[in-house]
Amino acid sequence: MLIFSVFKTLTDQRVTVELKNDLSISGVLKSVDQFLNIRLDSIKVLDETRHPHMMAVKNCFIRGSVVRYVQLPAEHVDTQLLEDATRREAANQAKR
Amino acid sequence: MDPSSTGIQEPFDLIRLSLSERVFVKLRGDRELTGILHAYDGHMNLILSDAEETIMIVDPVDGNFEGQGTVKVAKRKMEMLFVRGDGVILVSPPSRT
Repeated sequence: MLIFSVFKTLTDQRVTVELKNDLSISGVLKSVDQFLNIRLDSIKVLDETRHPHMMAVKNCFIRGSVVRYVQLPAEHVDTQLLEDATRREAANQAKR
Repeated sequence: MDPSSTGIQEPFDLIRLSLSERVFVKLRGDRELTGILHAYDGHMNLILSDAEETIMIVDPVDGNFEGQGTVKVAKRKMEMLFVRGDGVILVSPPSRT
């Protein structure tokens, strides 16, 4: 749930999603759900020569399970807040 | 549960104590990462900053009896990175040096 909240705060920011098949897509994060499925607008494939079939695609929905990495805009991530929230969630998990 | 002096009772505690420290992460697909850990969850989804990725590309060379192909190493840096938990093999806390 914590990471889901992080992504929600990053909506309308430009992120780069790297998939497990090595395709990297940068785009504006439009929405995210609990499975970390991601919807991107105004997308750009990083290596267009290797993936020419993606050139016409302007927006997409990415299934969460095929994501390897997401590169986030560092200036929009409050690392102190993240660490506190992570400790809080870890404490809640331990109570169960 | 007896709270020990280290504060480690379950495996995730080791990761919790590594928050805001540089960790080493081994991933599927011959990839490794080091970075400062800022967040994780029960799936081992991670958020790292100042991350450096190392990809080992093994290139098997025929006619080499030692069975040693050449290993190419590719490195790249990323400022802030979310890592999906299903690719994580291990997370290692920083070496105390």
